[in-house]
Amino acid sequence: LSNQTANQTGMRVSLEVCSRFSTIICLIVVIAQSSTSEVLAQNLELPKLPYDYDALEPHIDEQTMQIHHMKHHMAYLNTLNGALTALRADESTKHIAKMGVDKALQHLEEVPEALRGPLRNGGGGFVNHVLFWNSMTANGTKAPESSEPLGQALDAAFGSFMAFKDAFHDKATKVFGSGWAWLVYDHASAAVAVVTTPNQDSPTMQKGLTPLLGLDCWEHAYYLKYQNRRPDYVTAFWEVVNWEEVAKRYQAAVATAKSEL
Amino acid sequence: ESAEDVNMLRQSLRSVSAVRNAVKAQGSRAMSSYSLPSLPYDLGALEPVVNTEIMTLHHGKHHATYVANLNAAMEKYADAEAKKDVAAMIALQGAIKFNGGGHVNHSIFWTNLCSPKDAVAVGDASPELAKMIDAQWGSLDAFKTEFNTKTAAVQGSGWGWLGYDKTAKKLAIATCANQDPLSTTGLVPLLGIDVWEHAYYLQYKNVRPEYL
Repeated sequence: LSNQTANQTGMRVSLEVCSRFSTIICLIVVIAQSSTSEVLAQNLELPKLPYDYDALEPHIDEQTMQIHHMKHHMAYLNTLNGALTALRADESTKHIAKMGVDKALQHLEEVPEALRGPLRNGGGGFVNHVLFWNSMTANGTKAPESSEPLGQALDAAFGSFMAFKDAFHDKATKVFGSGWAWLVYDHASAAVAVVTTPNQDSPTMQKGLTPLLGLDCWEHAYYLKYQNRRPDYVTAFWEVVNWEEVAKRYQAAVATAKSEL
Repeated sequence: ESAEDVNMLRQSLRSVSAVRNAVKAQGSRAMSSYSLPSLPYDLGALEPVVNTEIMTLHHGKHHATYVANLNAAMEKYADAEAKKDVAAMIALQGAIKFNGGGHVNHSIFWTNLCSPKDAVAVGDASPELAKMIDAQWGSLDAFKTEFNTKTAAVQGSGWGWLGYDKTAKKLAIATCANQDPLSTTGLVPLLGIDVWEHAYYLQYKNVRPEYL
């Protein structure tokens, strides 16, 4: 709605200007106004998956990937865009929309009550799934070695990579209702940890926690192929993890944490 | 302990009592042994609205797991109680609420449903209930619209309920998260709809409003 209104306003002003100047100048003004409206609109778009829908077979099936991305992720995006549009329309809340979704999720108390739920669920849902898709790749990649920074961090926190996998598996299978399991970097303790969040809450809601790897434990993430057998889904997940991406996020988080000191 | 801790403990203990009483009311035997009730119809009876595959999994796996986990939790709770280990009792409350709530909710759910060919209009089943629905919402359709809107909007897993408020002597629509039983709201459960994704996903995928 606000896209359309912005465009119409732009057009009206331009026509008034045209009555006093030459046609060429009118055209330039009209084009400028409509592109400003487009920039102001700033609806986020659904990023494409970094692979084909069947790339994660047989571990995560094609049909699930299609519905999960094109329906569920899209629905969160629509909710988020609705909330951002409303926030942008109000002078007192415009700044929240401009923060970027991750930051906005840390400022939920500043958001009007009616928009808090949509921002939390839609915004969380949007960023969580972007991270999720990017954390996976066809056939996965080699697990981090103990000689690598991420491998060292996992060893330090859990004793070994296997122990980390067990801890993650345990937490992921025990998420009750809808939620996520995460490997996070805790800035304060300079250590990695496994945490879970309910619904579409993101670890980024808490300052000082950077998500490195996330597993969607909502039933829609696995029900078509695994039905009630979530443990089988969690086991299969390891086959598609993109550890290179996770390691990159870890390095970035460590660097950010250092610069915050 | 802070006042907050004491309040939380009180609330938690109330939940445990609520679950215990509710499950007792379902007609289970000993305190430590809850059992999966049989469905009052065949697994295929609710076709084409809820298909056989969903009913098989929903009853035989999901509900059965709540019962098994509830039994395990209550046995541990009995042990903890015997040892007067309050910390252990508190630690078990989550599992009791999840699984006990799951058992209570699904036990009610199966009895709320019947084959489409056996369905009876609410006015024939209970003129009194039909009258109350009309009085409060104007019509059955208006009630359904509000119920479905609120239930479709449940974030994550949960239930939509038509409940009875004994104090106000009125009907009410409420939603609960996860397996929180309606008793936690003070309402008497009349009709509940499970909107955990396992209740509809195989058939309706993401389109929860169609399932409702």
